Amino acid sequence: MIPEIGHFALILALGLATLQTVLPMYGIWRSRSDCLAVAAPAAIGQFVMMGIAFVALGFAFYANDFSVAYVAANSNTQLPWFYRLSAIWGAHEGSLLLWMMLLAGWSLAVALASRTLPRDVASCVLAVMGAVSVGFLLFTLFTSNPFERQFPAPMEGRDLNPLLQDPGLVVHPPMLYMGYVGFAVAFAFAITALITGRVDSAWTRWTRPWTTAAWMFLTIGVTLGSWWAYKELGWGGWWFWDPVENASFMPWLVGTALIHSLAVTEKRGIFKSWTVLLAITAFALSLLGTFLVRSGVLISVHAFATDPTRGIYILTFFAVVVGGSLLLYALRAAQFEAGREPVAALSREGLLLLNNIFLVVAAAGVLLGTLYPILADSLGMGRISVGPPYFNKVFIPLTVPLVVLIGAAAVMAWKRTRADVLRSRLWVPLIVSIVAGVALPLFTVGTTAVAAVAGCVLGCWAIVTAFEDILRRSRGRRVMLPRNVVGMALAHAGVGIFVIGVSLVSGFGGEHDVRLAPGQSTEMVGYEFTFLGTRHVDGPNFVAEIGDFIVREDGRQIAELFPSKRRYNAGGQSMTEAGIDVGITRDIYVSLGEPLSGDAWSVRIYHRPFVRWIWAGGFISALGGLIALTDKRYRRRRATADKPVATDRGLTTASA
Amino acid sequence: MTRTRRRRLMLVGGLFVGLAAATALALTAFSENILYFYQPSEIVGGQAPTHTRFRIGGLVETGSVERNNDDLLVRFTLADCEASVPVQFRGTLPDLFREGQGIVAYGQLNESGQFVADEVLAKHDENYMSPDVAEAMKDASGTSCMPSNMQAQR
Repeated sequence: MIPEIGHFALILALGLATLQTVLPMYGIWRSRSDCLAVAAPAAIGQFVMMGIAFVALGFAFYANDFSVAYVAANSNTQLPWFYRLSAIWGAHEGSLLLWMMLLAGWSLAVALASRTLPRDVASCVLAVMGAVSVGFLLFTLFTSNPFERQFPAPMEGRDLNPLLQDPGLVVHPPMLYMGYVGFAVAFAFAITALITGRVDSAWTRWTRPWTTAAWMFLTIGVTLGSWWAYKELGWGGWWFWDPVENASFMPWLVGTALIHSLAVTEKRGIFKSWTVLLAITAFALSLLGTFLVRSGVLISVHAFATDPTRGIYILTFFAVVVGGSLLLYALRAAQFEAGREPVAALSREGLLLLNNIFLVVAAAGVLLGTLYPILADSLGMGRISVGPPYFNKVFIPLTVPLVVLIGAAAVMAWKRTRADVLRSRLWVPLIVSIVAGVALPLFTVGTTAVAAVAGCVLGCWAIVTAFEDILRRSRGRRVMLPRNVVGMALAHAGVGIFVIGVSLVSGFGGEHDVRLAPGQSTEMVGYEFTFLGTRHVDGPNFVAEIGDFIVREDGRQIAELFPSKRRYNAGGQSMTEAGIDVGITRDIYVSLGEPLSGDAWSVRIYHRPFVRWIWAGGFISALGGLIALTDKRYRRRRATADKPVATDRGLTTASA
Repeated sequence: MTRTRRRRLMLVGGLFVGLAAATALALTAFSENILYFYQPSEIVGGQAPTHTRFRIGGLVETGSVERNNDDLLVRFTLADCEASVPVQFRGTLPDLFREGQGIVAYGQLNESGQFVADEVLAKHDENYMSPDVAEAMKDASGTSCMPSNMQAQR
């Protein structure tokens, strides 16, 4: 019964989403305010229906209702309840439901927050989001219905893929999808701008917080993904340029470019059509990411051949969304460029232009490497793969100048900055970061290798310049600094922390495969690992061999690690759970390979200096986004937004 | 030529140079880092290069896995429908590596025709078959010669 309610709710949601799209569009065309007024209530109704569907599927998982085919394929009575609930998004059908649920959530937020927007704008935004929702709902209902029943119902489910039975599954996909779907809001604002023909400061003020929010979630999602991949043996460590990882990284790169370009559009009234194009691209890449990961194309182009309806639908939907938006863009974007004022190289907008160029080219490089194998395979050009060295070679040279530019972000003023101002303000941070960047690797990892030092200097540069700006601005100030200034500094410092982490972990991480019998020891970079033996433990849905390792440094015990090898009861698969000793300047990581003759095991030991800095940097950047989001001006202007904004300082200075 | 025109020309020129540099960077990195896939019968037939890294895929032949007792050297043979290739690997094998399982390995051929793997992948679950391996396990007529319980289910 409950699954049928869920199914029915999905159908009702489709009806409401159609209303949410068609009527407001008609209203805009005919200037009928009664039609425009439908958008917000329809969005609220759609959210309720989607919520019912989501809860229904959650209930089916919780109650082990194996007559639902999707539940039977992805759950098991022995699975702990939190994994049963997370299994909702453990495979294709349920991930789509999560996607649509979050889209309905963002639409609800827009509907509730936009009472003060001009009605035609708010309704148009909701109509575009409704259209995306219609596309996904049709796809789900016709090709990937999670509520499909199977009779006779099996007694036991096939179990959730053991690789996914990890806390990472609970948090990573929802955050990532919040980010993906959040770009739908920016996309809807962009399409609205093209339809209504207005990209004014009110539009950018409205688009900015939504974009920042989406970017923040995506940053958290990508960071969590990296942390999860690191823990999983065989996923290649914290970043492997795997197509699945790239799929989430490309929208992040373009989304970052979008945030910066929106700043220019708001303050200077330029880059308008570029901003709109970026918003469309960010969402297109989010769609691509969703489909690449979940449709099976990445595993094989032939996945399309085995289930052509899904593949054809996905391609058609993608073509309609992207092609339609680009067509609209081609027809309407030309009207946005009013001012023909040249952009000075030494100005904040010049700096942000460079930032955008580097970010977009980097995203294009990643896109090429990700899609080329799929293209080559489908064109019959042989089965190839593009390895991590390609991505490193293309990506690193493009991001190094980007981090250098971060240092100038705070100093550079709009319109024009004199070179001597730059020099006088940047030489102190430069010297501080050179000293700190040489000292850091020398005293922690004990190296003066050029790559590590250069990376650390670069990272310190981003951190030091961010803090110098905050210090200088708050000197002699009574009131708090504006939140967006603090947010920007934090986000940039986060990048610096990330860069330091990356340069030290990739240059100086050690790993070591060794055969150890109980009582034997091995040594790596000053740590001594003693294997005491394994014991047998029964888990909720698995049996495990848990190893016991003592780690000593200079004869003193610093950690005891318990890596384990699990064997899952349902599918008989084995999984390795690493034992990790977490530290600020290093992780020590032990994992059990396989049992060898006697009681010996093959054991893999890693030393990962500064690896935590990578994720700390990501989270700090996301926190910067959150702080910028709570900036007063978004709320203050929201309250007055129903009156036409007569003067906007950014724009009046621009035209003066 | 007016000032704005000259400026615009410089901008376009700059963009062009930047784009060309980025393309050159991408293309060289590309050509150096593309890995081709070969299956065992192609390797036995001499089509695969030596001293170049590539991917190989096939089934781990049942009964072929041998381990050294004192270190982590593992030897096994990978087979498709027609031929098999000896593979050696030193290190920790992935969780899903077992006899009869389809795997993909990265590495090089040495002079004696052995494949020296530096990385062995057996991802996903036991029902899943890498598409390259599934393709490799078809004979000339296109029918799969895999044991029926190993056929890809996805």
